Amino acid sequence: MKFFTTFAAVIALMNGSAIAAEECAVPPSLLSSDTGLPRVSGEIKNKHRLDISVVGTGSSTLPGPDGASFAYPARLTEALRQLLPGDEIKVVVHVQSRQTTADMTAGMKKILSADKPALVIWQAGTFDAVSGIEPDEFSVSLDAGVDKIVAAGADVDLLNMQYSPRTEPLLNVSAYADVMRWVAQQHGTLLFDRLAIMRYWNDEGAFDLYAATKKSDMARRVHDCIGRALASQIVDAARLTP
Amino acid sequence: MFRGLNFASLQRWLAIAANPQGYATLLRWLPRAANAEAAPLAPATSAGASPSTTASPPQALAPGRDLRLDLFRGIALWLIFLDHIPHNIVNYFTLRNYGFSDATEIFIFISGYTAAFVYGRAMHDRGFIVSSARILRRAWQIYVAHIFLFTIFMAEIAYVAATFSNPLYAEEMNILGFLKQPDVTIFQALLLKFKPVNMDVLPLYIVLLLLFPPVLRVLLWQPAYALVGAAIVYVLALHFDINLPAYPNGVWVFNPFAWQLLFVFGAWCAVGGAQRLSGLLRSRVVFAIAVAYLLFAFAITLTWRFESLQYFVPNWLGDLIYPIDKTNLDVLRFAHFLALAAVTVKFVSRDWPGLKWPILQPAIRCGQHSLEIFCLGVFLAFAGQFIISEWSGGPLVQTAISLLGILIMIATASLTSWYRSMEGRSHQQCTKASPGNLAGGGA
Repeated sequence: MKFFTTFAAVIALMNGSAIAAEECAVPPSLLSSDTGLPRVSGEIKNKHRLDISVVGTGSSTLPGPDGASFAYPARLTEALRQLLPGDEIKVVVHVQSRQTTADMTAGMKKILSADKPALVIWQAGTFDAVSGIEPDEFSVSLDAGVDKIVAAGADVDLLNMQYSPRTEPLLNVSAYADVMRWVAQQHGTLLFDRLAIMRYWNDEGAFDLYAATKKSDMARRVHDCIGRALASQIVDAARLTP
Repeated sequence: MFRGLNFASLQRWLAIAANPQGYATLLRWLPRAANAEAAPLAPATSAGASPSTTASPPQALAPGRDLRLDLFRGIALWLIFLDHIPHNIVNYFTLRNYGFSDATEIFIFISGYTAAFVYGRAMHDRGFIVSSARILRRAWQIYVAHIFLFTIFMAEIAYVAATFSNPLYAEEMNILGFLKQPDVTIFQALLLKFKPVNMDVLPLYIVLLLLFPPVLRVLLWQPAYALVGAAIVYVLALHFDINLPAYPNGVWVFNPFAWQLLFVFGAWCAVGGAQRLSGLLRSRVVFAIAVAYLLFAFAITLTWRFESLQYFVPNWLGDLIYPIDKTNLDVLRFAHFLALAAVTVKFVSRDWPGLKWPILQPAIRCGQHSLEIFCLGVFLAFAGQFIISEWSGGPLVQTAISLLGILIMIATASLTSWYRSMEGRSHQQCTKASPGNLAGGGA
């Protein structure tokens, strides 16, 4: 009996990932960028390895004891290993709920010196919006954090808010998204526009982000999709076409 | 109640006694203040307006209604409603996509203009205390309206909290945290410190009106002092980062110390400033600068829509203009509004025949009942957004909701006019002396 249950679960999972591959299409315009990732390119070409630090808050993980293993940082690692076979991929995750961007900026130096990453993926904005931090203040903190990362010689990929239609009447994230776009442009760094991408998925019917559910399956599929879109953005931007 | 005591004449006597020179200046100044025919933006009165009977109205302020103000305020109210529904395809047609300023500037400017016109006249006719009392009563009405909207907002939030959950949005759902402390939240809302999305304009308006009596007094005495004072407050607020605190943290979305500049500027225009500017507004150079600036602003907004165009904005220019701060009424926004107004008055004169076109009457009607229609608009935006998110509305649903919302606004404005006219009639039967209910709809 146990065997059959496991078997059914494996089939369901495989089926799920097959569906995910189809439902995750992202139009190239949302991923393409003129911005390169020189440090990432160098590491891969010269050392055949890639060290990434993911810094973020609650929306970089999923609830539950095994949530992190289904969240986008884990899915990104997996996707990068598939896209760059033969290279060593190491992703260190620094995700902690209820942190403002100012908190993360304060802790950035420690992360940089411990991980010595070639790329920092920095998810920010949501908790600042939730806790009513002014967009101006958010901008200053984000700017200072990006400065620190750039000074440490790492590339940056800023990852913005999730598209969340049901909480939108209560939580307006557009001002924070504007700040992130502007900071990325000012520093010539990469931006992963999670907000626009998730909105695209919702509008195209790939996911029903309005749906209320207590189950984690859709959340996991969304994170899987984000992980893979992020991997393809990195590979493209670093000109590492497999 | 003041009328019965003949308070106005007492007031005037007190005012003359207290400051004979100032009052004499006021009386001398008023007639030349607003030759409305020449004024680019001339005074409006509100629906149901009745001429004051205690003193003959100052000729300069009373050439009748300037329908342009009603028209543009009505349109601004529609645009505010549309802008408050996110992901609405109709939003692509609202003002904010074509320049730096948006409908909020129009609304606050015209509110300042009408407030000065209506209460300036009251202050002239009936004195400082009576007019101040009416301004404060108006502020109280707006406060009550704000709390009413807050109640609806809380109901919506409570509904989302009760019905929506999704592990994907665990972090976003923290926004509902304040529901755990409804006592604190409600108390903070009563203090105007709690700032739900889209409910920021009324608190601003309340504060502007609370501070308006002394400002109006100065405006009627020496208009330039009031304007310069407002500009100084604006500069100080920006320089020292002064704003009112909000709950749970942060500051007001519309900084009253910054936005007062636009309100006072509107008021200044109403008491003769517009006339002073008329020469400037007729100048071709000014017109050319205004058009050039509008085109520049339009080009910049295009780069927000189309990311590939962003690279045409050189970094030095970006450094210079960004961020274009709405909270503190960025100078670029203010300038954009001025340019827009300058171009508008060039094409839409006070006696523009279009103001009589039936197709524009609905907007004019809405502009005449601004408080009611503004509140209704906020409520309809909540409701519209709710419907779109409940049924995942596509472009067709969004368009239908937008149009339906505007139709409801028009119908309500017409109904309000009807009520006012009925009340006006019965009121006239009771007493010949009018309390000058014009504060209600106009300011």
